[in-house]
Amino acid sequence: MTEPFFLSFLKALVVFAIALGAVPALVLAERRVSAFMQYRVGPNRVGPLGTLQPLADLIKMIFKEEVRPDGASPWIFSAAPAITAICALATAAIVPFGGVLVVGERRIPLIVADVEIGVLVALAMSSMAVYGLTLGGWSSNSKYSLLGGLRSSAQMISYELTLGLSLISVLLLSRDPEGFGSFGLRSAVETQAQGGLLSWNVFKAPISFLLFTIASFAETHRLPFDLPEAEPELVGGYHTEYSAMRFGLFFLGEYAAMFVSSCIIVCLFLGGWHLPFVADEVEVDGFGALLQLGSFLLKVGAVTFFFIHVRWTLPRFRYDQLMSLGWKVLLPVALLNLLVMGSLVALKVF
Amino acid sequence: MADLPFSFLFFSTVALTGAVNTVTHRNPVHAALWLVSALLGIAGLFLTLGSAFLASVQVLVYAGAIMVLFLFVVMLLNLEASMFEGLSSGRCASIVAGAATVALILFPLVEDDSLWTVPEPRFHAPASARTLSQLLFHEYVLPFEMVSLVLLVAMVGAIHLARRTRVSEGA
Amino acid sequence: MAPLNAYLILSALLFGLGVAGFAARRNLLMMLMSVELMLNAGNLALVACARRHAEAHGATGALMVIAVAAAEVAVGLALVVALFRLRRTVNADEVRQIRA
Repeated sequence: MTEPFFLSFLKALVVFAIALGAVPALVLAERRVSAFMQYRVGPNRVGPLGTLQPLADLIKMIFKEEVRPDGASPWIFSAAPAITAICALATAAIVPFGGVLVVGERRIPLIVADVEIGVLVALAMSSMAVYGLTLGGWSSNSKYSLLGGLRSSAQMISYELTLGLSLISVLLLSRDPEGFGSFGLRSAVETQAQGGLLSWNVFKAPISFLLFTIASFAETHRLPFDLPEAEPELVGGYHTEYSAMRFGLFFLGEYAAMFVSSCIIVCLFLGGWHLPFVADEVEVDGFGALLQLGSFLLKVGAVTFFFIHVRWTLPRFRYDQLMSLGWKVLLPVALLNLLVMGSLVALKVF
Repeated sequence: MADLPFSFLFFSTVALTGAVNTVTHRNPVHAALWLVSALLGIAGLFLTLGSAFLASVQVLVYAGAIMVLFLFVVMLLNLEASMFEGLSSGRCASIVAGAATVALILFPLVEDDSLWTVPEPRFHAPASARTLSQLLFHEYVLPFEMVSLVLLVAMVGAIHLARRTRVSEGA
Repeated sequence: MAPLNAYLILSALLFGLGVAGFAARRNLLMMLMSVELMLNAGNLALVACARRHAEAHGATGALMVIAVAAAEVAVGLALVVALFRLRRTVNADEVRQIRA
């Protein structure tokens, strides 16, 4: 399964461009959607319909003064936001943006890293992203930051359990071409594509979908789980002392994580690039690949719209409510769900 | 030495520098971070050995959960700088002990010539997720269940040990 | 893959560093970290030998070691936290006696 290096490099560039390009789009979408939800207009001065607003934000962040608190360890202080951003963007490597592109006699799967351990890479990267928060909070040498950082990390590692358990229960349903189970997202999408619309995992495993989505909200620190960055409570939590480009990196990491989480939710539960009658086949030519990519991005857009919508609709959880939800409600439900899904698969219902 | 593959050299350098810095740094937080980098280097070495599953488990569990726990405890204990100690007076004895261990382990190895050959085939990955899972649930199912029991016992024990006592104990 | 001896030498070096760290440091947290280093060196040797014989039994053992190491770290750190609450120190030289 070896590929020429230039091909992998090209795919990596394209995926990187998509992921990085999604971030300003999401920043703008968040501000416009929240504005419309709150019966106001949102940014519409810079560029047509405010489309150049993220560029203006970027220019502002580049030219702002970088303030570093005294007593903060310089290496760790600068590295912490980079860790979050890198882990979020690296997860985009295992996402299948399309099926298999057939060019001449060469079959190119439209995924950067077609490894057998697909979603484990996503889980591993989200485990490593915890370091960005912890180190950001600790290296700022400030009480608010340390508390915010530790709370953030505790929240993330608590919800990783639910994430993992709901992931297992939905991976039971996916098969690779040889009939074995697989951790790869490509197998999950192809299993759903070959079954048609009703075989999307959101219909077969709805509780897993719910659990995974809630856990993704907690992992990406989106409301209602964003207490660690909430201004009234902790003055900004782990990114209190960060300014200019370092803060911009934290920001980028957060939105990239939201984008990549949505991609994984779409691949696991909503059929990935599959759309009945439009993007049906696994092996496609150039135009079919574009249709697959288009339907994938459409679904990702819908899920991110859901993320944004929930943020501006629900109130924030208090920290103890958040932790008790994660440990006392979601974890038992995830375990029971795993038991039920395992039994159903063993009884050959699926 | 010249014909070792680049991936092995790279990851082993990461692991060794991480290990050396772990045992030498005075500040526990810095030492913990160097240990994380050593663990990531070892995960890379697992990758070169063809076991992508073990590499991701190493990153997920060891570098991502165990070391986060270490960092939590180190940060929450909030040790004063005066409590940091460098290598103490027992340094010579400990270096000798370390070197003696290495020599003891290495002595039979460098004698055996058959261990210097590289096995074929190149992309064979015997420790893939599939083979590991088949072994784990068929031959090693009893150790698997026992390990889960060990984890349960450790969890209960850790919670009990770290809990604040309500009644103050007499000295 | 590099020859097996390369991995075993590396594993021996890491183990020796762990032993040196454990013997030299007096801070209990640092001693625990050295133990983790030793465990990882053992894991590396296990997986390398498994690969050499083209089988997965060593890798299964390594998986068990990772799980047990997680349990051991949890209990060890809980002990360190309890000790710190009682004696306000994590220096191994200062906790020689059971009664203060």
